[in-house]
Amino acid sequence: MSIQVEHVTKRFGTFTVLNDVSLHVQTGELIALLGPSGCGKTTLLRILAGLERPDEGKILLHGNEVTDRQITDRRVGFVFQHYALFRHMTVAENVSFGLRVLPKAQRPSPDKIQKKVNDLLALVQLQAMADRYPNQLSGGQRQRVALARALAVEPKMLLLDEPFGALDTKVRKELRRWLRRLHDELHITSILVTHDQEEALEAADRVVVMHQGRIEQAGTPEEVYEHPATPFVYRFLGDVNVFHGRIAHDETVHEEMERELPPGADSSGEHEVTFVRPHDLELSPTRTTTAQLEATVRFVIAAGSRVRIELMSKDSSQTIEVELTKERYRELKLRQGDVVFVHPKQQQTFRMPGPSSG
Amino acid sequence: MRPMALVLKQPSVLPGFGLTLGFALFYFSLIVLIPLSGLFIKTSTLTWSQFVHTVTEPRALASYRLTFGASFLGALINGFFGSVVAWVLVRYRFPGRSIVDALVDLPFALPTAVAGITLTAIYSSNGWIGQYLEPLGLKIAFTPLGVLVALTFIGLPFVVRTVQPVLQDLDKEVEEAATTLGASRWQTVRAVIMPELWPALLTGMAMAFARSVGEYGSVIFIAGNMPLKSEITPLLIMTKLEQYDYAGATALGVVMLVASFLLVLMINLLQWWSSSRHTAR
Amino acid sequence: MSTEIATTVKNEEWKASLTGESTWVRWTLIALALGYLTLFLFVPLAAVFAEALKNGLESYFAPFQDPDTLVAIRLTFIAAALAVPLNLVFGVAAAWAIAKFEFIGKQLLITIIDIPLAVSPVISGLIYVLLFGAQGWVGPWLIEHDIKIIFALPGIVLATIFVTVPFIARELIPLMQSQGREEEEAAFTLGASGWQTFIHVTLPNIKWSLLYGIILCNARAMGEFGAVSVVSGHIRGLTNTLPLHVEILYNEYNAVGAFAVASLLTLLAIVTLIVKTVIERKSGPAQSAHDPAWSPQPGSPS
Repeated sequence: MSIQVEHVTKRFGTFTVLNDVSLHVQTGELIALLGPSGCGKTTLLRILAGLERPDEGKILLHGNEVTDRQITDRRVGFVFQHYALFRHMTVAENVSFGLRVLPKAQRPSPDKIQKKVNDLLALVQLQAMADRYPNQLSGGQRQRVALARALAVEPKMLLLDEPFGALDTKVRKELRRWLRRLHDELHITSILVTHDQEEALEAADRVVVMHQGRIEQAGTPEEVYEHPATPFVYRFLGDVNVFHGRIAHDETVHEEMERELPPGADSSGEHEVTFVRPHDLELSPTRTTTAQLEATVRFVIAAGSRVRIELMSKDSSQTIEVELTKERYRELKLRQGDVVFVHPKQQQTFRMPGPSSG
Repeated sequence: MRPMALVLKQPSVLPGFGLTLGFALFYFSLIVLIPLSGLFIKTSTLTWSQFVHTVTEPRALASYRLTFGASFLGALINGFFGSVVAWVLVRYRFPGRSIVDALVDLPFALPTAVAGITLTAIYSSNGWIGQYLEPLGLKIAFTPLGVLVALTFIGLPFVVRTVQPVLQDLDKEVEEAATTLGASRWQTVRAVIMPELWPALLTGMAMAFARSVGEYGSVIFIAGNMPLKSEITPLLIMTKLEQYDYAGATALGVVMLVASFLLVLMINLLQWWSSSRHTAR
Repeated sequence: MSTEIATTVKNEEWKASLTGESTWVRWTLIALALGYLTLFLFVPLAAVFAEALKNGLESYFAPFQDPDTLVAIRLTFIAAALAVPLNLVFGVAAAWAIAKFEFIGKQLLITIIDIPLAVSPVISGLIYVLLFGAQGWVGPWLIEHDIKIIFALPGIVLATIFVTVPFIARELIPLMQSQGREEEEAAFTLGASGWQTFIHVTLPNIKWSLLYGIILCNARAMGEFGAVSVVSGHIRGLTNTLPLHVEILYNEYNAVGAFAVASLLTLLAIVTLIVKTVIERKSGPAQSAHDPAWSPQPGSPS
């Protein structure tokens, strides 16, 4: 089922949570809504589910407007961050709930329900847990039960609200790969809300980055990561060095640099901000071009597959973060206190109006 | 201090364990436990057949029927209306809600004698409410119905106050989950909310029942106190005392006390059940 | 502006249709609840004052000029003034032992502290009659030494204490248990004495519950009827407390007088409820903000 969100606006009191948001999701896609808390992603999800009603705009499912239709007509599966399992029901009872509350005419026979529960529990690999109660399960198991419960009603779309948010890192990683495989198997149009960029980039077909009630960028994980459309997306997806400066011909002259903009930085008039990812910075022991910055090595963190180096710029005393391969690091033989010259292999510059804003 | 260390399960750096526990036990024994055990010792001066005769004479049996029957009915009434009140107080906003919320505790705080004379005044045949019920053939004051009214009043806060916090703590997401799975509102209430409320509701009803069984002050004014008809057991004990029939009063007291202990046990089991039923077997 | 209101109304109806009830169900339930409370709470409360003031202010104040009433007031205050402090010490001691230490039989102790609440007040009086009455175990010895307990002040005080023993303890125990013992242990390791720890660390944490326990204990002590009725002997102007005096006036067909005295006790109950409400607001902003889902506030914007 395709999903169309058209010019949706939602306010809570005077606070605008969603500001004229439009989004199209193709049938069978897995979309990640990514953004910091308070960006409106959960509200958008709840509007799609029918748990909230938009103040303005329309929701179309499969081309039909459902803005004022009840949840039950929408055939959505919703997975909550804190599972929302029924505590007094066993795993099997939880999973079968959606079938047992169907009107008599549509309700499958007990045998069929039983079979369906078994199939779903097999799908989420919890057959052995059918008679347990939710609080006898681990967090990861509970979320799988919640997913099986949502799938039992054969939803046309699956909405997941930070489903792995309450789990520890290792389990989240496992579960999001598992979710991806599950999606490839079932092909239910799915929307995953998350604030974890790794999760979004790894699991989704397309990533929709949201900020302050608006969509900043929508695209494949590669697009949003490699070609961020806005400074916000650049910052939100991974580490980044931020250079304030102006362009002199085709070379950027950096007059100031920092990793994070201080609030209300005082540059007036239009200026340029350049973003460079740590692994896109190249170091050399000697100056080779004028577009290089002189810096001193402050820290070297050599644990892990890549070496992270913290530099201090000579001109502005700002911190610059660089990521090198082990080989390159060994070539350079860097030590704390060494002087190096930095230049970007790849960069993106945004023109910022007025007093600098992020 | 030293012998007390034997009772401690875990050593603690904090002081005062021996002193505080010692005083608490001493005081409680002196005021409550020793006098109460006196009741049982006094009963033992009766022979078994004397005891049985006293506690099963028709007047006593009639008083049990009224006391326990009216208490049970009162608990049922409070079970239903108390749940409605708790629901309305937690879920809805309406003018005066916080005042209503505060007033629910009135039967806890109001002296029972005051409750007794007031309920009598309202529900007697020329009272504010009684005058409208009389033409319908409903006599409340000075009948067993009066006992029911008084005991319903006394038990009113219990169900409200046990159900209210449970309702407040219910996770709204769980109800939303039921809705997204296609459950109607009524199905959600019945299958998702009620199972969470049952233990608290039963506990509240048991507490109201336990309180009502022993109630004296609010009942004696409104009951009419006719032997075999509208006489509650605590009043029968009082009557026997006034006739210096200490043995008879004691025997009935033991019956009441055993009933109270059983109820306390039941309430504790209910509370244990409600706190542990979701955890592992 | 009006469309905004319209949207808000529409949104609320929307929400109600999901995890709420339709307007008519809602109002039916509210009417049911308020109707029930009116019948059993509001009307009685109003009736106390209406009956007391039926014949005007003069006859309302008449019973308060009666020396017997004044004696009853005095006796009620004496009983409460003795029962409340003693039960306060007990409550704090018991709560300290139970909340700050792990010992064998703790759960049993928590359970039996509630016994006086489960026992019929008539039995609470009866047990003291059996102990100290003329035919009781200690009775003959008391008569010999000319000490009166039953049908005298000591009996009234004892019965009042019995009935109100648990009130302060059961306010404090759950609170202090939930607070744990870390703060006290920290204070103690910093060199505070046990008493200093209690005054500076424990007391500030429990003061509101303690205050409510005291108020409730006091209200119950002043209002106790059944237990005191058994041990008092109803000697007018001598062993009558206020609730007993209400009964005497009522039985003498002095309804206005009975209700006038009753109105005094009702005011005490109302003050108790007000203090309780104020304390709940003060001590538990967490509690009042506790019902997040049902107030018309933003749900969870992300």
